[in-house]
Parts: sequence; structure tokens; C-alpha cells
Amino acid sequence: MSLLQSAFAEGSVLLGASAVDWREAVTLAGERLVASGRCTEAYTQAMIATIEELGPYVVIAPGMAMPHARPSEAVLSTGMSLVTLAEPVAFGHKKNDPVRVVFALAALDHDRHLELLSEFAAKFSQPDFVNSLLVCNDPEQINNLFA
Amino acid sequence: MKIVAVCGAGIGTSVLLKMNAEKVLRTLGLTATVEATDIETARATRDAQILLTTPEIVDKLQGLPAEVIAIDHVFDLTEIAEKLEKAMA
Repeated sequence: MSLLQSAFAEGSVLLGASAVDWREAVTLAGERLVASGRCTEAYTQAMIATIEELGPYVVIAPGMAMPHARPSEAVLSTGMSLVTLAEPVAFGHKKNDPVRVVFALAALDHDRHLELLSEFAAKFSQPDFVNSLLVCNDPEQINNLFA
Repeated sequence: MKIVAVCGAGIGTSVLLKMNAEKVLRTLGLTATVEATDIETARATRDAQILLTTPEIVDKLQGLPAEVIAIDHVFDLTEIAEKLEKAMA
């Protein structure tokens, strides 16, 4: 199993979801982190607060956001969640809006998730990786893409 | 040459920027150390020549003795290469 695959615990993936705005999209991704044992609900609030404070800088590529917050007591273990949206939502990013793929990241500290992010970056350096996620309708297909 | 990649929390966007900047530097044959950090730590840094971040963070890094580069697409190595090469020239 790749580090990327093990970052997504049972219950961490929600496909084809509906969200009215960025706040709901981030909340859904946070709920998947909570459901898969990565953090408490406070972390979801921290991710939203970070975007409110700093703007939509978590929209790091066209169509894709990676909300996260600082390591804190709200983080139980390092991991990720994924929410794909049936209809895109705007985060207010000048170039990369609208967003259809939301990856929430929880990290225990500043160091232990670096290899995970390295695998993550390698996947997204492939052209059209976002679209290959969007055609998935089963978490098992997502798991295969992360192999 | 020291490059500091900056994001709000210092664990996500900045780490991806650092990794991709290191890849680009290797490809270009350029040498620099690259660190990833949060805005507060970056603001206290005095020995960096280049701060690498995303457009929304640029305003938070004004007034520092370093050139600030904004990357729109964190996974676009071509964009990072063009902007870094220009800043390091």
C-alpha cells in the first residue's frame, strides 16, 4: 500500500456530493476526516477559519482545493479525506475556480507527512489527474488511482 | 541562495511548493536551499532571497527584504520554473 493510499482511512472518501458553497464543501471534507478518525470537529472549524482569514489560497490548482490548518490538539493522526462535488463551487480564487475536488489534510506536526505529500504531488503532476478523480463513483477506484 | 515557501499553516501548500521548487531547481541546474514555513515564521526570516507563495498570501509578505513570487498552479512545474528562473537571474 502506498503512503497516499494509507492516508485515506475507511470513511474518508465522499464522491459526487452536493455543496452550496465553499464553506459546505470544506465542512464535508472535514466531516470525512472526523469520520475516519483523523481529527475532531474543531479541526474543521480551524480549516474554515484559515480560509476566512487568508482567503482561498488552498485552491492550489485548477478545480482543486486542499484545505488544512495548523497541527493542533484537534488532530488525532495524520491523514487526508477527499470529497468530489457533483456541481462545482466557487472559493473566490482568481484563476483556479470553480472547485470540484476537495482534499482535506490533517497533520500531527510539520515533518511526518512530507513523504505523503511527495506522493500526492507526483500524482497531481500528471495532466488531467483531477478529471480522473471526477469520473470515479466508488472509493475503490480512488484507491486504485492512489496506488 | 535561500528560498522560503510560505503558506498559512506551513504544512500543506508551502510543503508542496517546496517540493516542486526543488524539482525545478534540479532540472534547471540551479542551487538553492528551500524551506517551507508559515507566514509568521517567514515574516521573521531575514536571510531569504526569495519567498515562494500563492497569490492570496503575497500581501502578508510585504516589506520584507526578499523578492516575493506568487504561484497560481502549485503543480505546474513550468510556471514555477519560469518565475524562479526570472527571480534568480
